[in-house]
Amino acid sequence: MSTVAADDHHDDHVESPYSIKRWLFTTNHKDIGTLYLWFSFIMFIIGGVMALIIRTELFQPGLQFVDPQFFNSMTTMHAIMMIFGVVMPAFTGLANWLIPMMVGATDMALPRMNNWSFWILPFAFTMMLSTLFMDGGGPAGGWTLYPPLTLQTGDALPFVILAIHFMGLSSIMGAINVIATILNMRAPGMTLMKMPLFVWTWLITAYLLIAVMPVLAGGVTMLLTDKFFGTSFFNAAGGGDPVMFQHIFWFFGHPEVYILILPSFGVISSIIPTFARKPLFGYASMVYATGSIAFLSFIVWAHHMFTVGMPLAGELFFMFATMLIAVPTGVKVFNWIATMWRGAMTFETPMLFSLGFIIMFSIGGFSGLMLALAPVDFQYHDTYFVVAHFHYVLVPGSIFAIIAAVYYWLPKWCGNMYNERWGKIHFWLSTIFVNLTFFPMHFVGLAGMPRRIPDYALQFSDYNMLATVGAFGFGFAQLIFLFVVIQAIRGGKKATSQVWENAEGLEWTLASPAPYHSFTTPPVIK
Amino acid sequence: MRANSLLTKALLGVFGALATAGITHASQPINMTVGVTDISRDVYDLHMIALWLCVVIGVLVFGVMIYSMFAHRKSRGVTPATFHESTTVEAVWTTIPFIILIALAIPATKTLIAMEDTSNYDLTVKITGYQWLWHYEYIDEGVEFYSVLSTPRDEINNLAPKDENYLLEVDNQLVLPTGKKVRFLITANDVLHAWWVPDLAVKKDAIPGFINEAWTNINEPGIYRGQCAELCGRDHGFMPIVVRAVESDEFDQWLADNTTNSPEEIEEVEVEIEVSAVTQ
Repeated sequence: MSTVAADDHHDDHVESPYSIKRWLFTTNHKDIGTLYLWFSFIMFIIGGVMALIIRTELFQPGLQFVDPQFFNSMTTMHAIMMIFGVVMPAFTGLANWLIPMMVGATDMALPRMNNWSFWILPFAFTMMLSTLFMDGGGPAGGWTLYPPLTLQTGDALPFVILAIHFMGLSSIMGAINVIATILNMRAPGMTLMKMPLFVWTWLITAYLLIAVMPVLAGGVTMLLTDKFFGTSFFNAAGGGDPVMFQHIFWFFGHPEVYILILPSFGVISSIIPTFARKPLFGYASMVYATGSIAFLSFIVWAHHMFTVGMPLAGELFFMFATMLIAVPTGVKVFNWIATMWRGAMTFETPMLFSLGFIIMFSIGGFSGLMLALAPVDFQYHDTYFVVAHFHYVLVPGSIFAIIAAVYYWLPKWCGNMYNERWGKIHFWLSTIFVNLTFFPMHFVGLAGMPRRIPDYALQFSDYNMLATVGAFGFGFAQLIFLFVVIQAIRGGKKATSQVWENAEGLEWTLASPAPYHSFTTPPVIK
Repeated sequence: MRANSLLTKALLGVFGALATAGITHASQPINMTVGVTDISRDVYDLHMIALWLCVVIGVLVFGVMIYSMFAHRKSRGVTPATFHESTTVEAVWTTIPFIILIALAIPATKTLIAMEDTSNYDLTVKITGYQWLWHYEYIDEGVEFYSVLSTPRDEINNLAPKDENYLLEVDNQLVLPTGKKVRFLITANDVLHAWWVPDLAVKKDAIPGFINEAWTNINEPGIYRGQCAELCGRDHGFMPIVVRAVESDEFDQWLADNTTNSPEEIEEVEVEIEVSAVTQ
């Protein structure tokens, strides 16, 4: 309890909390976690504005507001911002805040590297955003950067590639730090199979990051040399193959999608038991399912490329392997529901976002299963059906999980309860508008609307209009989130150490707000 | 109170928009086309099987979940149970999905094998993607032409009312015979494109330097429209595909009318190719 923090008051406060030096030079896991989370929110606003530019142009058929080239750079940048700037830093921020508290450590294992891995990001994203103002405009070949189109980018290309290298560097260092912390800093008695699932999912995610970020780095470097140094890795005229880039990219890209979702599974597995007042069902099978998903993520990459003309055997292999992912993912959903079953549930904001996650992530999973079927994928591929699919797993999936996590642990972070009423309004508006935005995309996709087009045929107009209305609603609903979080940081009802009636785990034994150096003496593990 | 009225207004706005859309154009398509080939019908059937399977599983799983949310809530004064594992249950819900997946994989495999069988064709059309138009060449017949978007610029810029086939109309349609197996050889000249006609269930990437194969056998005469399906730059949204399927004899007549090169000219071209091959 709070006695843990009572005997270290000599260093349990920050010298000058508002100076710029404190934040620039901080090596404290909580400070760095905070930086990551605010950075993520700023990028969420920027990426969100880009999404709204896209949706504004698509409100009606015809070209109204932006040039098609700029439209393409908006779709490209929106994806890069949201993936590398929002979801990945938000999860690293959560990892920073929570992992030391959850495993009973004082801080992360490598605090200076922790500082560095965060402070790379503002520079990387400033560089990435600056490309929008360069000769030839920002990158407009899609976030997948497929050559030869990406090689037509103007002055922006080398800057985009350097920025991606920086982001990769930051992620790899963050991942090394997570692994070092989890493997070395656990309190005595905390065996691997006693770790909270958030820690487990992050451990596996960190290994995925270390495995695949270098692959992306290699791929984009080959683009760079193709463009500037006369190599022909991806140019058939010089003996290369444009499709090879796609294989390299998706060998990174598929594990990447699990990097974006596995920590969410950890978050949901923490929240559901608390508000169901019942232990997580099937802890061990959750761990094994996460491991299976991580393994399968390495052998399914070419399902993103069924239309490139692979041999039949290849298409069959990637179809079967992809379908298999439904099994461990199903196990997770069933375990969550079994955790709820015969519990005593209450529905505070984190629980609402978690339940929304389970239902809407599953809808994304269903469309994923349909997309896995190669012959049907020929019809779905590169249409809005795919756009609907991955937004369902990323927005009411990853983003909802991040929001749920913030509501759940915010009282622990700042010591005050947030406004429950506004939290619930935030949930309901987000849920209504997220479905209004992305559900109609299934329809236009099935009806034949390709992705990444600035203008469309008349039969797609109604549902595009709905999606645009939804997107604006969803975007503005997030301002409530900002308001609720700031209000809680500034004051409010004081939180107890345990915060939630049935919250279990080491972080809830610390005072609220948690002391600056989490556990200065190792806690006792039962 | 203030928050509630805000929520109410937002909800009304949303449902208002939904209702308006529903009333004004009730006829906009929301599902995959059945198409006009045996393959496209198989693909559609597979899509519907997968869709209904997902709906049934969804209703069952979400049903249990929502029941639990109502029945097992603290406000009803329930005491939470304490169970947290059961190997039997875990085995059951690992095995059942596995069996369902196998049942789904069998028809999918059959259809995929049929789609990839490009043997025994009657006619070959070479399709080349350019930024931002298509080129069609009937390889053995000496007919070739470019096919470009024919929607007037004014319609795109909202200066003229939009035609029914806005953005889905071209100057030269690809004419194909019904009841014949047509093989497509698909490639590109600059960047990646993808040739897609939903009614034929054919979508294949056009890759510069490589030739992909696909095929179709159209059952009904008609006009079938599609679009480029791989981002190819600024005007990716403006390079549609229009296929006009006609009866076999009408097709032969069309070929005869449109042969640009006489047989002698074709031979000359072939000789040139051979010569250039030798000099390399």
